Amino acid sequence: MSDLLQVRDLHVKFVTPDRKVNAVNGVSFDVKRGETLGILGESGSGKSVTLRSILRLHPEHRTRWGGSIKLEGDEILTMGKSALSDLRGHRVAMIFQEPATAFDPVFTVGRQIAETVRRHTGKGDADSWKRALELLEMVRIPSPALRLKAYPHEMSGGMRQRAMIALALSCNPALLLADEPTTALDATVQIQVLLLIRELQREFNVGVIFVTHDIGVAVEVSDRVGVMYGGKIVELAPVEQMVDAPRHPYSRGLLASTVHDGMRGQRLEAIPGAPPDLAEVPTGCSFAPRCKFVQPSCVARPPDLREVGGGHLVRCVLADAVETGVAA
Amino acid sequence: MDSLLPPADRGGPAQPLLLATGLRKHFPVPGGLLGRSGKVVRAVDDLSLSVAKGETLGVVGESGCGKSTVARLLIRLITPDRGTMVLDGDPVDEPHGITVNELRRQVQMVFQDSYASLNPRLTIAETLAFAPKAHGLPASEARDRVRDLLDKVGLDPANYAERYPHELSGGQRQRVNIARALALRPRLIILDEAVSALDKSVGAQVLNMLVDLKTELGLTYIFISHDLNIVQYLSDRVLVMYLGKIVELGSVEAIYGNPQHPYTRALLSARPSMDPRKRTKEAPIQGDPPNPIDPPSGCRFRTRCPFAEDVCARLEPPLADTGAQAVACHMRVAGSGHSKAATP
Repeated sequence: MSDLLQVRDLHVKFVTPDRKVNAVNGVSFDVKRGETLGILGESGSGKSVTLRSILRLHPEHRTRWGGSIKLEGDEILTMGKSALSDLRGHRVAMIFQEPATAFDPVFTVGRQIAETVRRHTGKGDADSWKRALELLEMVRIPSPALRLKAYPHEMSGGMRQRAMIALALSCNPALLLADEPTTALDATVQIQVLLLIRELQREFNVGVIFVTHDIGVAVEVSDRVGVMYGGKIVELAPVEQMVDAPRHPYSRGLLASTVHDGMRGQRLEAIPGAPPDLAEVPTGCSFAPRCKFVQPSCVARPPDLREVGGGHLVRCVLADAVETGVAA
Repeated sequence: MDSLLPPADRGGPAQPLLLATGLRKHFPVPGGLLGRSGKVVRAVDDLSLSVAKGETLGVVGESGCGKSTVARLLIRLITPDRGTMVLDGDPVDEPHGITVNELRRQVQMVFQDSYASLNPRLTIAETLAFAPKAHGLPASEARDRVRDLLDKVGLDPANYAERYPHELSGGQRQRVNIARALALRPRLIILDEAVSALDKSVGAQVLNMLVDLKTELGLTYIFISHDLNIVQYLSDRVLVMYLGKIVELGSVEAIYGNPQHPYTRALLSARPSMDPRKRTKEAPIQGDPPNPIDPPSGCRFRTRCPFAEDVCARLEPPLADTGAQAVACHMRVAGSGHSKAATP
């Protein structure tokens, strides 16, 4: 079995005394070693919740899980405490949007990396620091020996994100989770960090799940792209197919409403309305209220994710017809 | 019918709507003995710009380049250390000119954070009627104006007027902020990252609306954003900033089609590719923007510029007109001493 990660029919529901949110409503996908899966979605689509479920980062007492997440065959959703802490940071690592809040402000960056190395690999003090230095060199932080002794606030945003990547890769994880890691960075810095992630991914042969709301970013890093809406994957395809021939009306709308070169003077094709409220489990297709191709069968029951060829999966009753439908 | 009439066009179409000359704002850095470290953040340094009537001027740059400080200076949310402003021929905050209050009637602003910019204790109708009432519009007319404003931004007055900000989505709240900016019938609206926090599908609705309102009401926009694609989509002219200075200024065609400054080029080629077969191979420039507290001497971009030479550290390049656009780079000034510059 070549799959590194298998997610099957994942459901995540948050329950508080006054509110419940069905954040993820049946998500399935696989990630292979050395592959990057981009997950594209807008706020509230469930993309970050899905990602964090892989490390079980949600508060246990008010999260209800359903389905299965298997890493190299081990079920994560029922994993015991010690296996879980071995998983976190060692087998699966994560980089966050805001490295300033992901680092502990009262310890130097070097100490935080060395501690992680010591904890997961059992290396001695000197070896851990040596490894930390190597890691900072690897992510190309200028004058790394000096930067080991720096506190997170003494670094610029781009440098902090590089240090975060060094920390994440410190124990040779099999899977790297990236939650909008370049969203808070400036344009000229963002592209540097994207290229670094792409390069290190090849070098370490690690599986990557890259969550983003930015189509351009997803295109730069992904082998396959999944589009999420209303807590479900509505379309999953190799990146070329997703960009050239998206099938789901939502993916099409998302691509059409993204401003890029050469759209000057044209009216933007905005998707009317707003994303769904996830207090109730949607009974039909969650995109139906905003979809211009809506049919009676869309509201009757949720459509299945169907393959339309070449590993291209679409969750739409018109998956085969929608191409002609839009062209008309 | 209405006692608050829109301000009239005074100087004719050729006179710039807003002219700012030599604006400077340095913020003292707290810390050090007695809270006086002596250091300053040079947020905006001797910046001059003009906005023509009916145009959209785009302002781009990375964080810390001073683009939001420029917005706040133009509407006088902060007072410039130096520099003058002229609104359609009237000097601002000077004898024989107009007051800051009058400036703010004609120039309005929309901010990035749609929630923080609305008073959570006021209904949408109260928020929208606040400024017109303060300017003396009777309550009955103010009610009509609220209805009219909500209509203009595509929110049904019957449904939204009595709601509170927390009951609206981000896109709806940003529509309310735009309606509030329109409440005094301004001539110029400064949009500071106004769609940056919105999801793409909702942001596109707001962008379409901004285009419509501009035509319908004859508005002028200053559109500030870090998103180069949206700036290209909306703007007639574009101003590129780096560490408190203008590095390049010109028509949208010139800036995007034939950028002259190495920073503008880097910024444009740092945009993620939309084609998986043409992915970016190499980052155009390395490193982060330097700290604006201690900007590099001479040309502020020289520490990241692949073409930097001695002259760049010694002399600050002037913003020189090259025909289609103005560029602040020694390579474009004949006889500047840079090896790539033309000989005079």
